[in-house]
Amino acid sequence: MSGPSKYQPTSALGKWFHERLPIVAFAKETVVDFPTPKNLNYWWTFGGILAVMMVVQIITGIVLVMHYTPHVDMAFDSVEHIMRDVNYGWLMRYMHMTGASFFFIAVYIHMFRGMYYGSYKAPREVLWMIGVIIYLIMMATAFMGYVLPWGQMSFWGAKVITNLFSAIPFVGSSITTWLWGGYSVDNPTLNRFFSLHYLLPFVLAAVVALHIWALHVPGNNNPTGIEVKSEKDTVPFHPYYTLKDGFAIVAFLIVYALFVFYGPNYLGDAVNYVQANPLSTPAHIKPEWYYLPFYAILRSIPNKLLGVIAMFSSILILLFLPWLDTSRVRSGKYRPVFKLEFWVFAVVCVALGYIGSRPPEGSFVFWGQVLTVYYFAHFIIFLPLMGLLEQPKQTPNSISEDVLAQGQK
Amino acid sequence: MADTAVHDTVNRRDFLMIATGAVAGVGVVLTAWPFINQMNPDAAVLAMASIEVDIGAIAEGQEVILKWRGNPVFVRHRTKAEIDAAKAVKMEELKDPIARNANAKDNDSATDENRVVGGKENFLVMMAVCTHLGCVPIGNSGEFAVVQGNAKTGGWFCPCHGSQYDTAGRIRKGPAPQNLDVPPYKYLSDSKIQIG
Repeated sequence: MSGPSKYQPTSALGKWFHERLPIVAFAKETVVDFPTPKNLNYWWTFGGILAVMMVVQIITGIVLVMHYTPHVDMAFDSVEHIMRDVNYGWLMRYMHMTGASFFFIAVYIHMFRGMYYGSYKAPREVLWMIGVIIYLIMMATAFMGYVLPWGQMSFWGAKVITNLFSAIPFVGSSITTWLWGGYSVDNPTLNRFFSLHYLLPFVLAAVVALHIWALHVPGNNNPTGIEVKSEKDTVPFHPYYTLKDGFAIVAFLIVYALFVFYGPNYLGDAVNYVQANPLSTPAHIKPEWYYLPFYAILRSIPNKLLGVIAMFSSILILLFLPWLDTSRVRSGKYRPVFKLEFWVFAVVCVALGYIGSRPPEGSFVFWGQVLTVYYFAHFIIFLPLMGLLEQPKQTPNSISEDVLAQGQK
Repeated sequence: MADTAVHDTVNRRDFLMIATGAVAGVGVVLTAWPFINQMNPDAAVLAMASIEVDIGAIAEGQEVILKWRGNPVFVRHRTKAEIDAAKAVKMEELKDPIARNANAKDNDSATDENRVVGGKENFLVMMAVCTHLGCVPIGNSGEFAVVQGNAKTGGWFCPCHGSQYDTAGRIRKGPAPQNLDVPPYKYLSDSKIQIG
């Protein structure tokens, strides 16, 4: 989409530099002149919000490392030291831990937007798959970061999640011993998680660059799901979307700040303010909210290996989404049956999250199993069948036509 | 740019390409191993070999949790009712029919006697690590404990994902695949054992 550069350096120094490294031209093409569909709604602003949250997490994280000690005897105290002694340490830590939650809130909205408007469909399959990889890296990073304060939930979360690998036949226990560097989660585990928690955000940033690259090849999808047909369908990214994204980012950060200042522990678990004790498991252990739907799927299967397979499959199935959806119409806006089923699926995901937060007893087990079946049926049965059976509505001829029709209403 | 010359026979460049590639490949694999193996337990971790426990101090019906190689271990002085309950279970009712006792043979069946050492069924010694995902099961609870009045004795319930173990630490219900592991241990005297 980005045609030959319109950028012409005006100064002599600018010309000299451009001939040696055309980075200014590149920046102008990608963030200033980039032709963007003119009908993007606010659901499209979460990409920009995510970029900002990633930067917030990296900066606060680098600061926290300056005061944190990765040792089983000192980690918990060093976090309290950050909270009580370090200048603005409480702010840095609350920004980081609340920031993780808001990073996930934004990524879930971003993913559901992609699913509703069919943003994963040709020619954006690779863009979508890179997104799934970003999501996996986010989950791994957040998991290891949660271990670092060395509270009870840190320890037992780490133990349960690393034990998932012990379900692998024959080599499972060797793999967990290798991951732990011992026979249980202990100091070697904490040290390596610290190392990787520092590394992965930079890997994440690199994969995000690939994600943006893959976005700039076909250009943005849009609410109509119709490709851009002429220049009339687009506006330059700046100032139109720098402003729209900027406004959304500020609004998002206001909500984020409310939590940082008035409810920093609302999204966390109080038990993590008890220091890790390898001899006693808390009565109810549960992961952070953003893992709960997958945790519910794990617990719904009364067999260790199959439970672990189901949990990993529930995430990895997203990689195949572009080929599981058989509809030739891209946007859910013009698919009456899909539109309904999409919201059922969204409610199922939230309900699975609720089940994951409850103890594995009584009717929670049964409903967890029902919802797990629905989750997989959505991908394997409903999406392929709906695409073949449903009668989509008439799609507009162009983005411009749709925008003008909306204006006349 | 000139086209690369086409040769119809194997030439010196092909040989160099294959030879260089082969040496580099072997080098990469050999170099990778130290980087992988450094994550395995180090010498200091391996050195934490064994602990001695004075079991004479544990009263009947009492259970202690000790730490061995970073993991909790149950040492339980079982009541007669608990032992009888474990013995009454038929082998067909067990989800995992293997003893999982480091001191017995690999495929010994999970009779109550095979879950302990030297036929001393009063003392049950086993890893307090749920074989599902590693939580510490809670003692004197679950559906397979012995009920005496309104108290339960023996039997374990894992709070994480609901696995239930009977009075011999054998898995009976829930997602855990195996009986609780019995670590290597031996009697130094009637009232003292060494684990590890």
